[in-house]
Amino acid sequence: MTTETFDGAPGSSPRKSGTPASDAARWKWRRSEGGVLNAFSHVFLAVWALMVGLPLLWALWSSFKSSGDILSHPLSLPTHLHFENWSHAWTKANMGQYFINTIIVVGFSTVGTMLFGSMAAYVLARFEFPGNRLIYFIFVAGMAFPVVMVLVPLFFVTTNLGIINTLPGLILVYIAYSLPFTVFFMTSFFRTLPTSVAEAALVDGASHTRTFFQIMVPMAKPGIISIGIFNVLGQWNQYLLPLVLNQGDTNKWVLTQGLADLAVQQGYQGDWGGLFAGLSIAMLPVLAVYIVFQRQVQAGLTAGALK
Amino acid sequence: MRHGKYRFIIGFLAIPLALYGVLVISPFVQDFQISMTDWTGLTPDKHYIGFDNYRKIIHNHLFWQSLWHNVLLLLIVPVVTLALGLFFAFMLNVGGRRKGSASVAGVRGSGVYKIVFFFPQVLSVAVIAILWQQIYNPDPEEGVLNVVLNSIGLGSQTQSWLGDPNLALACIMAVMVWANVGFYVVLFSAGMSSIPTEIYEAALLDGAKRTTTFFRVTLPLLSDTVATGWVYMGIIAMDAFAYVQLMSVNNGGPNEKTDVVPLLLFKTAFRDNSQYGLAAAMGVAMLIVTLVFAVLTLRLSRRERIEF
Repeated sequence: MTTETFDGAPGSSPRKSGTPASDAARWKWRRSEGGVLNAFSHVFLAVWALMVGLPLLWALWSSFKSSGDILSHPLSLPTHLHFENWSHAWTKANMGQYFINTIIVVGFSTVGTMLFGSMAAYVLARFEFPGNRLIYFIFVAGMAFPVVMVLVPLFFVTTNLGIINTLPGLILVYIAYSLPFTVFFMTSFFRTLPTSVAEAALVDGASHTRTFFQIMVPMAKPGIISIGIFNVLGQWNQYLLPLVLNQGDTNKWVLTQGLADLAVQQGYQGDWGGLFAGLSIAMLPVLAVYIVFQRQVQAGLTAGALK
Repeated sequence: MRHGKYRFIIGFLAIPLALYGVLVISPFVQDFQISMTDWTGLTPDKHYIGFDNYRKIIHNHLFWQSLWHNVLLLLIVPVVTLALGLFFAFMLNVGGRRKGSASVAGVRGSGVYKIVFFFPQVLSVAVIAILWQQIYNPDPEEGVLNVVLNSIGLGSQTQSWLGDPNLALACIMAVMVWANVGFYVVLFSAGMSSIPTEIYEAALLDGAKRTTTFFRVTLPLLSDTVATGWVYMGIIAMDAFAYVQLMSVNNGGPNEKTDVVPLLLFKTAFRDNSQYGLAAAMGVAMLIVTLVFAVLTLRLSRRERIEF
C-alpha cells in the first residue's frame, strides 16, 4: 500500500507530501483504519450469517427431539436423538412419496424446459424468417405477467385436456411457464456464440438438427447449465401451481404441498418432531446440492439479472 | 439458405409454441373473457355481464385493503432488502483491507459469508414460511422467538407476532427480507467485483471516506443492477401468496390484516362459492398493477449507462 503523491503531475491536486514523520503517521492511521474496518465489517456480516444459519440449525436439531421437549424447551439441544421423527415423517406422513414425486416432476420438467427452450431460442437467435421477432416477443412477454392472474382459466384448460391432478400435466405446465425466461436467456446466449463452427458443419453436409445437437448444444453448455439450475430451483419451490392443479390424490402430491398439509395436521396432532423432520427432509438435500455446486448455483440464479 | 430451412424452423418451434400457446397464451386471453361473465361454480353456464365484476371489485373494501398490503410490500420489502444487500455486498468487497496489497479489498472469508447468506434462496418458500411460523409461535413459554427475547432480558418485548393484527404483516415482511437478502448480496457482489479497483484507489487517494465512495462511486456504477433487482423484488412482493397463505392465521388473518390480492383471488376462485368471473377480473387488475409498476420502474431508472 502506498500513499504516493503526484507532485507536479499535471492536473493533479497539489498535495504536498509532508515530513517523513507525518507520512508515517498517516500510514499508521490508514492501517489502523483498515483494522477497525475489518472488525466492523465482520461483526455485521457475522450477525447476519447467524440470523440466517441459526433458524435452519434450530429446525434440524428440533427434528431429533420429542414433541414435548420441543414445546417445553424450544431452545435446548436434543437430550437423545429421536430418529423415529424422521421415519414417521418419511412413511406415515408420506414425505418419502412426496419427495419422489417432486424429483420426478422437477427432473422431467427441467429437462423438457431446457430442450424445448433451447430449440426455440436457437431458431429465434440464428434464423431469419417472417414472424421471428413476434414469436420472440410473445415468449418474452410471458415474463411480465404473474402466474396467479391466469389461475382460473388454467384450472379449466388443464381440466378440459384431462391433465389436471396428474404428474404429467404438472410437468407440462411447469415447462410452459418456465419457457419465457429460458427462451429469453438462451436466445441472447446463442447470439454470443461464434457462427463459424456451425457453418462449417452445414457445409460438410450435416443437417440443421444434427448441427444443433452435436455442435451448438455442447458449445452452449455453460448457459444451459446455468439456466438449468435456475429452473430446477424454481420448479422445486413451486407451491401455487401444484396447490391448484394437483389437488387430487394425496399420493401424487409434491413436497411443498405435503409440507403445507403436514404443518396443518401437526397443529392438530401435536407431532412437532415429525414436522421438523419433514422440514429437514425438504431442506437438507437442496442445501447439500447447493453447497457442492454453490458457484454454479449462484451464477445460475444471478445470471438473468446481470444480462 | 438451403432448402429444408423452413421445415427445420417449424419442426423446432412446433412443440415449444404449442405448449406455450395452449397453457400460457390461451389462459391469458380467456382470463379477460371469463372476467366479463357471471360464471360461478354453482352455475354451469356463464352470461356476459360486461364490466360488472370490475365494478364489484372497485366497491369491494377487502380488495382495496389487500391491494394496499401489496403496495406496502412493494414499497417496504424491496427497499429494505436491496439496502441490506448493498450494505453487505459493500462490506464483503470493499470493507476490508489486506496487508501490503491494494488499499481496497474484501474481507477474509467473503466466500463463506456468501454461501451462508444464500441459503434461504435455495429453500422453498413453503419451507421458509412454515419454519418461521414455528419461530413466531405466540406462546411465551413455547415460542422460540419469545423465549429468546426472554433469555436476553427483553421479556417485555414478547408478542403474539402473527396473531397480532398490527404486527402480522410486518412479521411476514421480515421473513421476505430474510429470505431474499442473500440473493442480492451475491448479485451486487458480482457487480462490485467488476468495478475496477483503480477507481476506488483514486477516490481513496483523493481523501474520500468509504461512505462517500459508496454513494459516489459504487452506487452510480451499479444503478442498472439495482434497478433490475428492484423489479425482481417487486415481482416477489406483488405475489407473496405462499408467504401469506402459509404463515398468516386463517389465510390472510387476523381480521384480513395480511390479505394480499393473489390470495384473495385464490379464495374467491376456489373457496368462496367459486366466483370464477370475479376472480378472473381480479387477475386482470393484478396484471394492470404489475404493468404500471414495471413501466414506472423502467421510467425512473432510465439514465445514461456508464461504461467501465
